[in-house]
Amino acid sequence: MTTTTAVRDDLAVPTRKTGFRTLLGKLARDPWAVASSTTIVVFVLAAVFADQLTGITGNDPYTYHQDLLDAKGQPTGWGGGIGADHWFGVEPLTGRDLFAIVVYGARTSLFIGISATVLSVLIGTIVGITSGYFGGWYDRIVSRGVDVMFGFPTLVFLIALMAIIPADVPRPPFIALVIGLFGWPGISRIVRGQALALRERNFVVASKAMGARSWRIVLGQVLPNVGATIIVVTSIIIPGMIAAEAALSFLGVGVTPPTPSWGRTIGDAVLWVRTSPMYLVFPGAALFLITLAFNLFGDSLRDALDPRTARR
Amino acid sequence: MSQGDHAEAVLAVSALRIAFARQAGPADLAPPAVDLVSFEVERGRVLALVGESGSGKSATAMSILGLLPGSAEVSGSVRLEGRELIGADAAHLRRVRGGRIGTIFQEPMSAFTPAYRIGWQIAEAIRAHDPRRPRGQVRARTLELLASVGLRDPERVARAYPHELSGGQLQRAMIAMAISCDPVVLIADEPTTALDVTVQAGILELLRGLRATRGTAILLITHDMGVVADLADDVVVMRRGTVVETGPVQQIFSAPAHEYTRELLAAVPTLATLQTSQRDAEEEAAPLDETLAAEVRDAVIAYGRRGRGGGVVAVSGASFRIPRGRTFGLVGESGSGKSTLGRAFAGLLPLRSGSIEVAGIDLAAASASRMRALRRSLGYVFQDPASSINPRTLVGDAVTEPLRLHTSASSVERRARAAELLDAVHLPRTTIDRFPHELSGGQRQRVAIARAIALNPTLLIADEPTSALDVSVQARVLELLAELQSELGFACLFISHDLAVVQALADEVGVMRRGEVVEIGPADRVLTSPEHPYTRRLLAAAPVADPVAQSARRELWLALDGEDPEVAA
Repeated sequence: MTTTTAVRDDLAVPTRKTGFRTLLGKLARDPWAVASSTTIVVFVLAAVFADQLTGITGNDPYTYHQDLLDAKGQPTGWGGGIGADHWFGVEPLTGRDLFAIVVYGARTSLFIGISATVLSVLIGTIVGITSGYFGGWYDRIVSRGVDVMFGFPTLVFLIALMAIIPADVPRPPFIALVIGLFGWPGISRIVRGQALALRERNFVVASKAMGARSWRIVLGQVLPNVGATIIVVTSIIIPGMIAAEAALSFLGVGVTPPTPSWGRTIGDAVLWVRTSPMYLVFPGAALFLITLAFNLFGDSLRDALDPRTARR
Repeated sequence: MSQGDHAEAVLAVSALRIAFARQAGPADLAPPAVDLVSFEVERGRVLALVGESGSGKSATAMSILGLLPGSAEVSGSVRLEGRELIGADAAHLRRVRGGRIGTIFQEPMSAFTPAYRIGWQIAEAIRAHDPRRPRGQVRARTLELLASVGLRDPERVARAYPHELSGGQLQRAMIAMAISCDPVVLIADEPTTALDVTVQAGILELLRGLRATRGTAILLITHDMGVVADLADDVVVMRRGTVVETGPVQQIFSAPAHEYTRELLAAVPTLATLQTSQRDAEEEAAPLDETLAAEVRDAVIAYGRRGRGGGVVAVSGASFRIPRGRTFGLVGESGSGKSTLGRAFAGLLPLRSGSIEVAGIDLAAASASRMRALRRSLGYVFQDPASSINPRTLVGDAVTEPLRLHTSASSVERRARAAELLDAVHLPRTTIDRFPHELSGGQRQRVAIARAIALNPTLLIADEPTSALDVSVQARVLELLAELQSELGFACLFISHDLAVVQALADEVGVMRRGEVVEIGPADRVLTSPEHPYTRRLLAAAPVADPVAQSARRELWLALDGEDPEVAA
């Protein structure tokens, strides 16, 4: 073997750059990504360490404090009873600690939001990648099914479903299951489109020419190339899932009392908005912040993963 | 250029420097993409800007029109008929673009708006510079222009949408648009790269005619030395943003002064050098075992469904055999069915009738498990190395994918084999843990070749393996293929549109046209004294990198072209 060609300049290899580290570097330079990921981390930590956090002031979201209310059921003191013991004040009529309700509510929201998202992404990816890659009659049937799911009056159906399920079914996991089962068509369309395009790419054809079985091509060649899209879509649909849970609870068919939920608290607080506005502001701000943070983070992630959207 | 102020120079570029701001840090500017480039384009002459990818030739052309993105910093001077263009106001630049300087782009398919008729688009170009011209005159002028670029039926072309025309027709329409306002300079950025050779020859002839009849100065940007030899009067050779050599075309080709120019010319595979001693040596090395590696008999391949309408027949009645250890070159223009046939050899497309046998197994009759076994003995190298390797796998894994599929080799064994394979294709072992995008085009093609030979295939199918590469890289990849073949003794089905490349490698050649194999024979015979008129035209149309030989070929092509009634560019 000759070595004459080995010294040519096109054989020099550039230094190693790992994709993940580059991605983190890009995100770290994007102020929106830093702010939104910080917000997400704070909320997740608050939800995980809810017991310890509320333990500082010795409160929980269930104990009534009638002594903090006046004769009309309004909290006494400034801003709905904000003070050293009750950082966000207390709930009108019951006197429960609003900080504890918001923190435990984060637990409910994030649990339902994330598990519903995981379920949706799982179904959507499997359906999308198989229908896009295999095509044919399977794709035609599945795609019509997806069309039906899109046209389905999901909210009405969910309200009706929630009204009839037995009381002894644990609500949060059931809600996660139901929202997740209705959330996947969008993802499956996106993944299917990508799989359709990838199917024609040469490396997939090459793999087929080398004798790879279909499942191996799907898992080894197609899936890794859809990965970035799936990650971005995931971070963008989480807020939608959280909002869906909040909407159901707001309408009174979601998480049942006394389990804290932002949606239900917001629903209750609407009645008190003139006399105790802070009762609405804290859970509302929490819901607003976490959905905004996830949306912004998803956008930043997409920009960082896609070299074509270099803005600076 | 040291010729000073030439009286006829219409476009003078001097000390041009272009730098693109780097994305990462705003503070450090990247090294300039174009550095101190100077040249002059004279009236009625063609100046060719030659260089490989990344040499800055296209950036130079775009800077003349002020069309570089905002991140580019341009300094120096570009003077058109004595007026400075760099830093000129937008209104002046608009008058210049399309008015004084016409532009022809590489991809005629994407240079037109798909939503409007060709005639409308040309009329728009005329009205943009002369808004008050009456409608009837504009229309007459449009038809006159379309006729002047050699389009047979200007009325029909003017009514057509871009997708209704062929690449050659579109490029002619593009030229009609570029000359609509009688520009003094025509910038042609790789005007024939996307076209077939026979169409290319027609377009080059048209450009030559424009230069002669209208006295238009042409700035030709190309990587193809054959095109340069055919059209250019003066040549500027660029490399990595700087001019390495400038001179008249005969001087550049006959007595290149700079080493890079010599290398570039040496790397161009030529049709003229036929029996070299190198080829003889190679033939000796190849095992003269006349058993067959693959055979195709009366193969018919069609896309679309059977029955009703019958789909589109891409290959009809192809038959040839490839002996072990030999290379069969399949030549043809786009749409001739050569790639389709290649895919059928890999069992990726079903045959409608006929048979293909590879290593003694009939593809049409083989069961799924036989088929998988057969694929062990096949290697496939694609045209575009960027898309044939999964961007998310490491090179080491990509190269040993066949081992993972067909053997029970452990990951340690696979890694050892990957290192061996990378050695075999002369890539440093450190590439084993790289991603494909970290490598250059030539390196990626080496990875693709390494993957194809991982299981010592009986047949290697190479579908245009070098047409996405620069000539100097192409020469080395071809060298590598020949070397591996003599070492491993695989048979090779080499598919290419480039006759010179096929001649460099193939023992036997099949010429395809519109799905049919029109001529088969030993490479030396077919490519020097072809029997079929189509082969003869194809050969005459392929430009060679030698101005003297090329003008002789041109005469021949023009003579042949006149004979053939089917010619429609």
